[in-house]
Amino acid sequence: MPLAPRRAHRLALPLAALAVIVSPVTPRAAEPAPIEVTIKDHRFEPAEITVPAGQAVRLHVRNLDASAEEFDSPALKVEKVIAANGAAIVHLRPLKPGRYAFTGEYHEDTARGTVVAQ
Amino acid sequence: MLAALVIVFREVIEAGLIVGIVLAATRGVPGRGRMVALGVAGGIAGAGLLAAFAGRLGAAFAGAGQELFQAGVLIAAVAMLAWHTIWMSSHGRAIARDLRALGAAVSSGQSKLAMLGVVVGIAVLREGSEVVLFLYGIAATGGSSAPGIALGGGLGVLAGAAVAGLVYRGLLAIPAGRLLGVTGWLITLLAAGMASQAVAFLQQGGVAEVLVEPVWDTSWLLADGSIPGRLAHTLVGYTDQPDGLQLLVYALTVAAITLAGRVVRAGPTHRPAHAPARGGAT
Repeated sequence: MPLAPRRAHRLALPLAALAVIVSPVTPRAAEPAPIEVTIKDHRFEPAEITVPAGQAVRLHVRNLDASAEEFDSPALKVEKVIAANGAAIVHLRPLKPGRYAFTGEYHEDTARGTVVAQ
Repeated sequence: MLAALVIVFREVIEAGLIVGIVLAATRGVPGRGRMVALGVAGGIAGAGLLAAFAGRLGAAFAGAGQELFQAGVLIAAVAMLAWHTIWMSSHGRAIARDLRALGAAVSSGQSKLAMLGVVVGIAVLREGSEVVLFLYGIAATGGSSAPGIALGGGLGVLAGAAVAGLVYRGLLAIPAGRLLGVTGWLITLLAAGMASQAVAFLQQGGVAEVLVEPVWDTSWLLADGSIPGRLAHTLVGYTDQPDGLQLLVYALTVAAITLAGRVVRAGPTHRPAHAPARGGAT
C-alpha cells in the first residue's frame, strides 16, 4: 500500500510534462485545410460556420482589427487570444450534430457567431 | 461601462480567489505579505509583457504557443501547490496546535513561501494579461465610450480585490486549529482544477487529443460562462462539460497530493534527525 501512492505521485506530473514534449505539435496530414474566419469591426465573418459532425476541424481566424480579441466558447471548449492584426488556429474537437455559440469576449455585443455541426 | 466592469471583474475574481486562499493558508507566517505583494507585482508586469507579445507567442510552436504557455504555467503552479500541501501535511499537525509556532516553522521553509508567491504571480499573470489586452484594445480604438469603459474596468479590478478580501476574512473565521486542514483541501482542489485546465489547453492546442469526448454536460445547471460558474471553476476546477482526460487528470492530482501527504505524515521516522527539530523548535 505505501508503494502505490508514491508511484502515483511520481508519475502524475512527469506524465503531464511528457505529454507536452512527446506529442506532435504539427497537425496530422489527414486533416482537411482550416476554415477561414475573419474578425473585422469586432464581427466574425462568416458568423455561421458549418463543419462536418464527428470530425476534428481547424479554424484559421484572422483578426483585421487594431485591438486583440479572445475567441471564447465554453460549448466548444475554446478560449484563445487572437492578437491585433494577427491570426490564430483554433482546434475544434469532433462535435455531435448541433449548434455551438462562440463570442469575441472583448466585444461580446457584436462579436457573436455559431458553429453548426451536421 | 457595465459590460467592461463584468469582463474585468470575472478575470480579476479568479486571481482574487487564489490570493485570498494563499493569504489564509499562510496566516501568521512572517514575510508572507511581502511575498504575496511581490507575486502580484510580478504577475502584473508579466501580464503586460504577455499581452505585448501575444501575437508572437500565438504564432510559436505551429500556432499552439499560447496553449503550451498556458498549460506550462498551470502545470508549474500545480507542482508548487502540491509541494506546499504535501510539506504542510508533514508539519501542519504539530504547528496547528500552536499558531505562533506556525510562523517559526514556516519561516524555516521560506522557499515554500516563495512557491506560493509564484503561484500568486501566475494567477495574476494569466488573468491579468486578458484584462490588459481588453483595456488596451479600448484605449487603442478610442471612441467616446472609452472613459466609461476605463472606469468600469477600474471598478472591476476593485471588485475582484474585494472578493480576495472576503475570501480571506471568511477563511479566518474558521478556528485556527482547523484552518490548516481547510486550506489544505482548498489548495488540493485548486491544484486539481488547474491540472484539468492545463489538459484543456493541451487539447485545445491539438497536443493531447485523447479522451476528448465530454463525459457529461451540466451547463443547464451551472454554465462555465456565468460568474458562479467561474467561481466554481477556480475553486474546485468545475467545468460544465469535462472530458475524459480532464476527469482522469483531476482525480490523479487529488489522489497524488492526498496520498503523498499521508505517506509523508505517516513516516516521520524516515526523515533525517534534524528535520523534526527544525519544525518543533519554538
